[in-house]
Amino acid sequence: MQWEPVIGLEVHLQLATRSKIFSGSPTTFGAEPNTQASAVDLAMPGMLPVLNEQAVRFAVMFGLGIGAEIGKRSVFDRKNYFYPDLPKGYQISQFSDPVVGRGHFEIQLEDGSSREIGITRAHLEEDAGKSLHEDFHGQTGIDLNRAGTPLLEIVSEPDLRNAAEAVAYLKALHSLVTYLGISDGNMAEGSMRCDINISLRPAGSDTLGTRAEIKNVNSFRFVEKAIQHEIDRQSDILDDGGQVVQETRLYDADRNETRPMRSKEVANDYRYFPEPDLLPVVLEDAWIEAVRETLPELPWEKRHRFANQYQLNDYDAGVLAASRPLADYFEAVARDAGDAKIAANWVQVELLGRLNRDERGIESCPVPATHLAQLIQRILDNSISGKIAKQVFEAMWAGEGDADTVIAARGLKQVSDTGELEAMVDQVIAGSAAQVEQYLAADEGKRKKLVGYFVGQVMKLSKGQANPQVVNELLARKLG
Amino acid sequence: MHNQTVAQLARGLREKQFSSVEVTRHLLERIAGLDAQYNSFITTCEDAALASARAADDRLAAGDAGPLTGIPLAHKDIFCTSGVRTSCGSRMLDNFVPPYDATVVERLRDAGTVTLGKTNMDEFAMGSSNENSYYGAVKNPWDTNCVPGGSSGGSAAAVAAGLVPAASGTDTGGSIRQPAAFCGITGLKPTYGRISRLGMVAFASSLDQAGPMARTAEDCALLLEAMAGHDPRDSTSVNRPVPDYCADLDKPLEGLRIGLPREYFGEGLQAATGDCIQAALKELENQGASLVEVSLPNSHLTIPTYYIIAPAEASTNLSRYDGVRYGYRCDNPADLDDLYTRTREEGFGDEVKRRILVGTYALSAGYYDAYYRKAQQARRLIRDDFLACFEQVDVIAGPTTPGPAFGLGEKSDDPVAMYLEDVYTLAVNLAGLPGMSVPAGLVEGKPVGLQLIGRHFEEARLLNTAHRFQQATDWHTRAPSQGGNA
Repeated sequence: MQWEPVIGLEVHLQLATRSKIFSGSPTTFGAEPNTQASAVDLAMPGMLPVLNEQAVRFAVMFGLGIGAEIGKRSVFDRKNYFYPDLPKGYQISQFSDPVVGRGHFEIQLEDGSSREIGITRAHLEEDAGKSLHEDFHGQTGIDLNRAGTPLLEIVSEPDLRNAAEAVAYLKALHSLVTYLGISDGNMAEGSMRCDINISLRPAGSDTLGTRAEIKNVNSFRFVEKAIQHEIDRQSDILDDGGQVVQETRLYDADRNETRPMRSKEVANDYRYFPEPDLLPVVLEDAWIEAVRETLPELPWEKRHRFANQYQLNDYDAGVLAASRPLADYFEAVARDAGDAKIAANWVQVELLGRLNRDERGIESCPVPATHLAQLIQRILDNSISGKIAKQVFEAMWAGEGDADTVIAARGLKQVSDTGELEAMVDQVIAGSAAQVEQYLAADEGKRKKLVGYFVGQVMKLSKGQANPQVVNELLARKLG
Repeated sequence: MHNQTVAQLARGLREKQFSSVEVTRHLLERIAGLDAQYNSFITTCEDAALASARAADDRLAAGDAGPLTGIPLAHKDIFCTSGVRTSCGSRMLDNFVPPYDATVVERLRDAGTVTLGKTNMDEFAMGSSNENSYYGAVKNPWDTNCVPGGSSGGSAAAVAAGLVPAASGTDTGGSIRQPAAFCGITGLKPTYGRISRLGMVAFASSLDQAGPMARTAEDCALLLEAMAGHDPRDSTSVNRPVPDYCADLDKPLEGLRIGLPREYFGEGLQAATGDCIQAALKELENQGASLVEVSLPNSHLTIPTYYIIAPAEASTNLSRYDGVRYGYRCDNPADLDDLYTRTREEGFGDEVKRRILVGTYALSAGYYDAYYRKAQQARRLIRDDFLACFEQVDVIAGPTTPGPAFGLGEKSDDPVAMYLEDVYTLAVNLAGLPGMSVPAGLVEGKPVGLQLIGRHFEEARLLNTAHRFQQATDWHTRAPSQGGNA
C-alpha cells in the first residue's frame, strides 16, 4: 500500500532576550553551571516570577511576521510535573490563551515550487535546566543556568508531507526568526529544538492515522533522518497489518533510529491551571502597532525585492535572501561593485562555496564585502581577468589584504600595454614556425581554432596577465 | 513597658523615657522567661535585635527617626529573613536559611523596627489552631489549654502575652483575623495586592496576603503604612499610592453605614459570642453609624470554594519542596522516585499532605471542570455578593469566628470541623477584600473578635471604625492574667 506521511512540527525557540523570561538573570550560553541562576530560577521559597516584556515583544513580532492573530489577552498557566531540572515542580507556560494564534507562511522547495504551511499557535514558556549524567558516577548534576530562558513554542499544522518539506519548513522558520532578530537560531546550542509528530495514512485518505511524537531533535539533518526512519518504521508496521502505538519516541542519532521513551519520562497529567502569580497579559492595539512598525523586511519580501531589483531568478534571490547577514553582504557587494548580476554570481558561487568548504558562516567570513566589491570592480575595469580574480580571491581569503593590495603584491595586474604584448607575440610567432605554417595553410574556419594555440602561448609567457582581447587583435594583425 | 502599644512605645522612645535597647532587652527577657508556656517563637534573634536596637537609638539620638524607629516586633516564620532560619512551621524547611529578606521584612526594617524573632505557625500556614506546626502547638495566653487560632497563632499569642507589641502575620482564609480574635488582639488583612508577597512562602497565591497584628487599630495603621506599597518584583502587588492610614483614625462615625449579613448571624454562631458582637455593634450605632441588614446569598459556597482553590494552588506551590536544592532531604534515596516520595513523606505533616492530595485531585484531568473551574465561578459569585452589598453600605460587620478559642486537641481529628471555624473569614480572601478583627468582648474569660470588612483598598475606613470603637471600649486593653505583670 502507498502511505502518505502527515507531519507537524513543534519548535521550541529560545528567544534572544538578555535576561530570563521571569527573572533578571542573564541568558548567556555556556557559563559555568549554576552561575546564571537567581533565587527565582532556583525556585527558592517566596520567590515570584515577573514577566520580561521583551519576550512578549519578540513573540508578537513573530506573530505579526506570520500574519497571525495576536492574543490581546493571553494567560500564563502552570504545567505541573516533577523533574530535578524543573525547580518549581511546574513550568510556566501558556495553555488555552496563547500570545500568538493561527497564522501561516510559505516555504520554498528545492524543485522551485512553494507551499503554504499553517501555524496553529505559538506560546511563551520557560525553559527547564539541564540534568547532567556524565561526570557524576551514580549521581546526576543539575545546571539551572538554562532554567527560565524564554521559549516560544511554535506549533505547525500537520501540513508537511515528507522529510524534505519538514526541513524546508525549519529552514524558512530559522530564516524568519533570525531576520526578526528574536533568536540566534543556533541549533547546536539548543536555541531551536524540534518535536516531530508523524503519522501515516493510505494515500488519498482524509483521516489521520495514529501518530508518534519524536522529541527533541536538534539539527536539520537529524530531523530529516528521524522522519525518514520513522516513515520506514511506521510503514513496515502498517504493511504487516499492525498498528502504530501512540507514544513519545527519541531519535538516536548514533544508531539512526527512534525508540520509545521510558514511560517514566512521559508525564500524563500536567494539571494545567492559570498561574496565580502572574496577571493576564493584555496587549493594547497601539502597542501591537508600535511593534509592527519595528518589523524588518522579511525573508520573502527581500526575496521578491532581490528578484525584481537585481533581475535575479527566484531561486538565486531565495539563496541570497535566506539569511539576513548574507543578504546584507550581497547588497553591499552589489552596491559597491556596481553590477548586481556579477555580485550575485560571486557571492553565490565563490563566496558560499568557500564558506561551505570551510564550514563557516557568513558572520565569520574573512573577506569583507568592500573587498569583494573591489575585486569585482577590477574585473569590470579589465585590471584582471576572471581567472586571475579567483586567484586574488583565494589570497584575500587567506588574509593577504584587499583586492588591490593582492594584485599589486603578486603583480597580477593584467598587461594591456601594446608594446609589451607585441614583443611577446613576436617571440611566440618566432618560436612556432610549424604552427605558423599550419595556420597560414588553413581556411578561415580552422584558423579560428588554431589561433587559440598562440593565445595560450602568449598567456603562458605573460603568466596569465596578458589582456586576451589585445593579444587576439595583435595576433590577427601579425599572422595576416 | 511590655503592655504598651506601638504608638505609646514610639512616644516613649522619642521622649527618651527609655531606649530601644532597653525595650528590646526587656522583651527578649520576657520571651526567654515566659515563652516556654506559649511556644509562640520558633527562633529568637537576640544579638541581631540588640544591634538593630542600638542603631535605632543612634537614629533617635540624631533626630533621624521615623514613627517606627526602635520598635521591637516579631515576624511570622513564613517571611524570609536573610541569614535567619525560615521554617514556615515545617520540617521541610527546618534547615532553610534564606539569603534574602521578604519585602515585608525589608520595609519594616527600613522603617527602623527591631526584629526579636520568628513566630510559630501552622505548617505552611495551613490550619486554624496552630496545632499543625513541626515545632509543636502554640498555647493561647488567655487559657493555655486552648488553641491561639491559626495559622498566625504564634504572632497572636506573642502579642497577647506581652512578648512583643506587634507582629507580622499572613492571612489566606482568616489566618490573621481568627488568631487575633482568639487572642484578643487587633489584626488586619489588607486588600489582596496591597502588600508585596515577595519572600513570603506561598500557600495559595491568589489568596495570601500579609498584614499587621497588634493591640490597637492605631498600631495596625502605623505598621500597614510601612508594609504597604507597590513592589515591581510581585506582579500581583498593586501600583497605587499608600494613603496616610493614621490621618482619618479619629473621624467620627456619623453617617457610616454598616451592613450586617444575615448569613453571619444565623445558625452556627454561638449565642454568647453573638451577644458580644451585638453589643459591639450597638456601640458603633451609638457613635452615629447606621446598621443595615444585608445578604451575601452565596455564603454557603464559601467553604467548598475555598477548599478547592486554596489546596489546588497549594498543591503546586509546594511542588518545589522536592529535596533537590534546599530544605529537607531523606537519607540515602535509592533513586529519584524514592528521593521525592520519602522527602515529601517525611518532610510534610498530615494537614499539608491532605491539602496537596485534595488540590492535586481537583486539578486532575477529568475533574478540573467539575472542581477548579466551578470553584472559580463560585468565587466570582461570592465577590459579586460583596460588591453588591457595598453599594448599600460602607463596611460589613459580623463575628470573626463562631465562638471563642476551642481546646487544644478538640478538633484536630476532625478536619471538617476545623474548616468550619473559618466560615466567616474565608469569603474575604476569595473576594480580595480587606478585613479586620477587633477585640469585642470576653466569653468565659476568652476573647471574642468583631470582624469588619471593607471595600477594596478601603483599609483606612476599617481602621477608622475600629479605632473609634477602641476609643469607646477597653476590650483591646485587656491582657491575659498569666503573662500579666512579670
